[in-house]
Amino acid sequence: MPIMQAVVEREKYLSEYSMIEIAKQIDIPAAEVYGTATFYSFIETKPTGQFIIRMCKTITCAMKGKNQVLFAIQDMLKIKMGETTPDKKFTLLETNCLGWCHKAPAMMVNDEVYTELTPEKVRDILTGYMKINEQNLN
Amino acid sequence: MKNNVNISINGFPVEIEKGKTILQAAESHGITIPTLCYHKDLCVAGNCRVCVVEVAGQTRLSAACATPCEEGMEILTNSLKVRNSRKHIIELLLAEHNADCTKCYRNGNCELQKLSSEYKIMTQDFIELAPLKNYSIDMYSPSIIKDDSKCIRCQRCVRTCAELQGVNALTVAYKGDKMKITTFFGKAMRDVVCTNCGQCVNHCPTGALVEKNYIEEVWEAIADPNKHVVVQTAPAVRVGLGEELGLPAGSRVTGQMVAALKRLGFDAVLDTDFTADLTIMEEGTELLTRLKKVLVDKDETVKLPMATSCSPGWIKYIEHMYPEYLDNLSTCKSPQQMFGALAKTYYAKARNIEPENIVSVSIMPCTAKKFEAYRPEMHDSGYRDVDYVLTTRELAILIKQAGLDFNKLEPVKYDRLMGDSTGAGVIFGVTGGVMEAALRTAYELVTGREVPFKNLNIEPVRGMEGVKEASIKIENPLKEWAFLDGVELKCAVAHGLINAKTVMDAVKSGKANYHFIEFMACPGGCLGGGGQPIPTSPEIRKKRAEAIYAEDGALNLRKSHENPEVQKLYKDFLKHPLSDVSHHLLHTSYTKRERF
Amino acid sequence: MKVMAISHQLKRVDFIFSNENDWEKVLSTTIKKKPADLINELISSELKGRGGAGFPTGLKWKLASEAKSDAKYIICNADEGEPGTFKDREILSKVPYKVLTAMAVCGYITGAKEGFIYLRGEYKFLLTELNKAIDEFQYYCKEIKFDFKISIFMGSGAYICGEETALMESMEGKRGEPRNKPPFPTQHGYKNMPTVINNVETLVHTFTIFKYGAKKFYDLGVQYSRGTKLFSVSGDTPKPGIYELELGMSLQDFVYEFGDGDTKAVQVGGASGFLVPRKKFKDAAIGFKGKLTGISLPTGGSMMLFNSSRSMYNVLDNYLEFFREESCGQCTPCRVGCQQLLLGIKAVKRGEKPAAYLDKLLRLTETMQLTAKCGLGQSVANSFSSIVENFHEEMIY
Repeated sequence: MPIMQAVVEREKYLSEYSMIEIAKQIDIPAAEVYGTATFYSFIETKPTGQFIIRMCKTITCAMKGKNQVLFAIQDMLKIKMGETTPDKKFTLLETNCLGWCHKAPAMMVNDEVYTELTPEKVRDILTGYMKINEQNLN
Repeated sequence: MKNNVNISINGFPVEIEKGKTILQAAESHGITIPTLCYHKDLCVAGNCRVCVVEVAGQTRLSAACATPCEEGMEILTNSLKVRNSRKHIIELLLAEHNADCTKCYRNGNCELQKLSSEYKIMTQDFIELAPLKNYSIDMYSPSIIKDDSKCIRCQRCVRTCAELQGVNALTVAYKGDKMKITTFFGKAMRDVVCTNCGQCVNHCPTGALVEKNYIEEVWEAIADPNKHVVVQTAPAVRVGLGEELGLPAGSRVTGQMVAALKRLGFDAVLDTDFTADLTIMEEGTELLTRLKKVLVDKDETVKLPMATSCSPGWIKYIEHMYPEYLDNLSTCKSPQQMFGALAKTYYAKARNIEPENIVSVSIMPCTAKKFEAYRPEMHDSGYRDVDYVLTTRELAILIKQAGLDFNKLEPVKYDRLMGDSTGAGVIFGVTGGVMEAALRTAYELVTGREVPFKNLNIEPVRGMEGVKEASIKIENPLKEWAFLDGVELKCAVAHGLINAKTVMDAVKSGKANYHFIEFMACPGGCLGGGGQPIPTSPEIRKKRAEAIYAEDGALNLRKSHENPEVQKLYKDFLKHPLSDVSHHLLHTSYTKRERF
Repeated sequence: MKVMAISHQLKRVDFIFSNENDWEKVLSTTIKKKPADLINELISSELKGRGGAGFPTGLKWKLASEAKSDAKYIICNADEGEPGTFKDREILSKVPYKVLTAMAVCGYITGAKEGFIYLRGEYKFLLTELNKAIDEFQYYCKEIKFDFKISIFMGSGAYICGEETALMESMEGKRGEPRNKPPFPTQHGYKNMPTVINNVETLVHTFTIFKYGAKKFYDLGVQYSRGTKLFSVSGDTPKPGIYELELGMSLQDFVYEFGDGDTKAVQVGGASGFLVPRKKFKDAAIGFKGKLTGISLPTGGSMMLFNSSRSMYNVLDNYLEFFREESCGQCTPCRVGCQQLLLGIKAVKRGEKPAAYLDKLLRLTETMQLTAKCGLGQSVANSFSSIVENFHEEMIY
C-alpha cells in the first residue's frame, strides 16, 4: 500500500500502467493490485486533475451549509460532481466524514483541509490554487 | 491422547477433536448446516453468513464454518432465531441476484436455488437490486461466460483462482454496494491471464460462471445430412458422466456412453484414448531424441527437462508466466488436437469422405480445450482441426434432451480406425497417468523389458499429492540406446497450477534436475477438470481416479505401442514417429504472452 | 444494582490535554516497574477501550503479554472515521508524546518491540509534526537504551479500516476486509502475531493512569464506566468542540450545557450509535453498560445535536448512504442489507411501499445485528431502529 500511496502522491491517480509496474516490482498478480487499489477511496484509478477537491457529505457538514458551498464550486469550475475540469486542474469528488465536524462544512484539496467554509471563502481558496500553476509556469 | 472437547448440538452430546469447526462437528454427526461460501477445496471465508448457528451465551450468531469448537459449547442449528436469520440472508441474496431461474444455465443444479427451495422462499418483499445496476455479461472468452448479475459474491472463484490454481485472474474490487468480482481493470476474461481451466466454473455455486456451450451447433451438425460428424471422447469423461445422470461418483460408463453417442446421431464414435496412445509414441520418441541430443551430442539448443503439453490450461499458464521456458515444452499437440488433425486427413481419406464435410466434435472434461480448439495455429489439416468441444456436462444435456434412459443402454464398442485404446491411453485422465503411460513405453523401447513395477502399475506417480517424484534407473539397455546405460531418469508430476508454479520455480532456480515433467492444470488431473460434473470435492476426485485405474487394469493391452490401430496408422500414413507427416500434423508451436 | 443517572453535574476534567512535558520522566519511571504490577494497575482502573467497543484495556494487555511468540506488535488505531468524531486528531496534534509513551510502555509490558500508528488518509497534514515527535521519541529511547521502534502507516480513505482486523489486513497490504473472530488479535493479529490494538484516546488514558495511579482514574465516573472520556460535540450547538467529561452523566444535563435550547434529538456515538429523542433525555446516561433504557454506549464519544428544524429522515438517509458506501462488501447481511435499508426508506417516503414495510426493515436490522461479520453491519441497527421507532411519522410523511 505505501507504494500505491507514493505513486498517487506524484501522479494523483493509479493508471493501468502504474499498476502493472507495481505488480512486476513486488511480484504479485496485477489483479490483486487492482482489487486492493479500488478498495480505498483515496486511490483513484481514473485520470484526475492536478488538484482533487473532496467535499465532506456527512450529516453535520450537510446541516451546516455544504450544499451552498458545493454550488459555489460547481458554478466556479463549471463541472459537476465526479468530473474534472477540461484544463485538467481540478477534480470534484465527495467523501465521508473528514473529522472537522465542529468547524463544518469542510473540504480537502489534495492533502490540505479547509474548514468553516462559505461560498465566498471557497472562491478565494480555489482562486489561490488557480494562481499556483500560473506562478509555476512563470 | 485426549485432545477432544465435549459440546452439545441441538441437545445431543458430541465429542469432537479440539480445533474443528462447528460445521465439521455437525457433519460428523449427521447434521447438515447449509453453506454457500464454504468449499472443501478452499480456505474458510465466512462471508455469506448462511451457516450461522446459535451458541448459548452469545448475543450474536456465529458462523459455523469459521468458529472452532470449545469445551462446553451448546449449539442450536435450527432454533427460531437461526431459521429467521437464515431466511433473511437468503432473501437478501435473492434480492441481489438475477432470479430468472428458468432462463439460467444452472437451473436445477444451483446451490442458491436449492437453499431457496429448502426454506420455501415464496415471496420477495425486499426491493430487487439486480435491475437497478448495469450488469454486463462477459461472453468474449471462448470457454467461460461470466454473468455478474448472478454473482452472490461468495468469493469462491477468487479463492479458487488464487489458492488452488495460483493464476489470480479474478479478484474482488471496490467496496460497499459497488463491490464485485472482476478481472484486472474489469477487462474481458480473454484479455487477462485467465488460463481457461474452468476451476472457477466448477466451484461457483450459481450460474455466474458457466462454460460457453455449443450444444445447438452440435445438434445442427448432426442433423445436416451432408455432414459426417465424428466425435472423440476423452478418458476422464467416462468416469465422470455417470454423476450427471444419477449414478454415484466413480461409475465406469464407457460402453453406455458410446451407445448413447451413437443414438444421438453421431456418424462415428471414436476415442481420444487412441490419440493418447499416439501421443505417447510421438512424445516418447521426442524425449529419447532430446536425451540423445543432450547427453551424446551435447546440443545446447535442446532443452531439458521436457514438459508435457496436453493440458491447454497449463500451456496458457506457461505462455504467460514462464515464456522463457517454451522450448522445454514438448512440441506434440494434445490428444484432442492430434485427433482433429487426423480426422480430416487420415480418417477422411480412409473413409473416402471430403474433409470439408467432416465436423469434428470432442467431449472433454475440460473448458480450456474449447480455447485450444480455437487457437489460430490449430488447422494443420487444412481446416479447423476440432470444430466444437463439449464438456461432460454438455454431453449429459444432449443425452437428456434426446430422452435416452442412460441406465438401460447396452454397452457398445467404439468404431474402428481410431477407436482402439490401451490402458496407457485411459490413464491420461488422471494425474500421473501421462507419465506412467510414457514410462511404460519408453522403458520397454529402450531396454526391451517391461517396467519393473508389479502389474505395470507405477505407484510412485499415482495419488493426489500435489507434486510427485519418481526415478527409474536404466540398466542394460538395447544397443542403440547404450548412451542411457546407468542414467537415472528423473521424473516429476504436478497437478493444479499452483503446484506447476512450485515445480517451475524449482526448475528456474536450478534446484530441480528432472528430465521429464508431467503438468496438468486441474487438481486431480483431467478427472477434476473444469468441465466435469458439479459439485467436486477431494473424495469425488479420488473415486474417479480409482475408476480410471480400474479401467486400465481391466484392459488386455496396457502399453501404447501395442495398440494395433496405432501401429496401422504408422504403417499406412505416418511412417514413423517424428516423421515429416507427423511434424506437420501432430506437432505445434507456442506463443509468448504478457504476464499481466 | 442498576446505576441510574442521578443528576450528575457535568464535571469537566483536563487530564488528556494537560501538559505532557514530563513524558520522558513518566516513560523512564514506568518501565522500571514490574510488568505484572502495571497490568494490575490498569485492570484495577477499569479502563475500557475508547474507540467504541469498550473492551477492558487491562485484560487486553494481559492476554497479549501472556501469548507466546517471537514477535509482538502494538498498533495505535488512529483511523478515526466515525461521523462526528474528531477527538483523536486533536490528541495527535496537541499531545502526541503521551500516545508514543503509552505505546512504548505497552511494548514493555507485553514484550513487543515494534509499534505502528495507523493514521487515516484524511489526517495526512499531521504527518510532518508527528514524524518530528517520533524522531525525538526514538532518540530518547536510544538514550535510555529502550528498544522500541515506532512507525506510521497511512490509510487511504476507508472507514471500515477502523475495525481492528480490517486495519491489520490493510497494514498487510490487502483490502481492508475484517477477519473472522476467533482468533482474536491478542493471539493472532498483525502478520498472525499477538497484537495489541488500541484507540488513540485509550492510550492517552493509560498514560494518565501510569502517571497518577489507577485510583485517580477510578474515582471518576460511575460503576462500569470509570474515568473520563473525550466527547466531540457538533451540530446545532453554540459550543462545538472537544470536551473531556466524566462518564456516567445524564444526557439531560448534557443537553442543558450544550444544546441550543431547541434540541430535538442527540445522536450518541456517531452513525453507529443511538439517536435519543427529547423525551428520553432524562432516562439516558452516557456509559458502558446496557442499551438505551438507562445507559447508552458512546461509540467513540461523538455527540451530534439536532434541533427541531432538522428532518430525521434526512439524518437517517445520510447515515445509510454512509454505511452503504463504506461497507467492505464481504458479508451478505451488511452489503445487501444496507442497500435494502436505504432504498426501503426512500420507497416508503415516496409512497411506493406502505408504512408497514418499515417493520419488515426493522426485522431485517435485527438479523443484521445477529449475523453480520463485523461491527459495521452489527451497528446499523442501532441508529436505524432508534430513528425509525422514535420518529416514525417523519419517515412516512
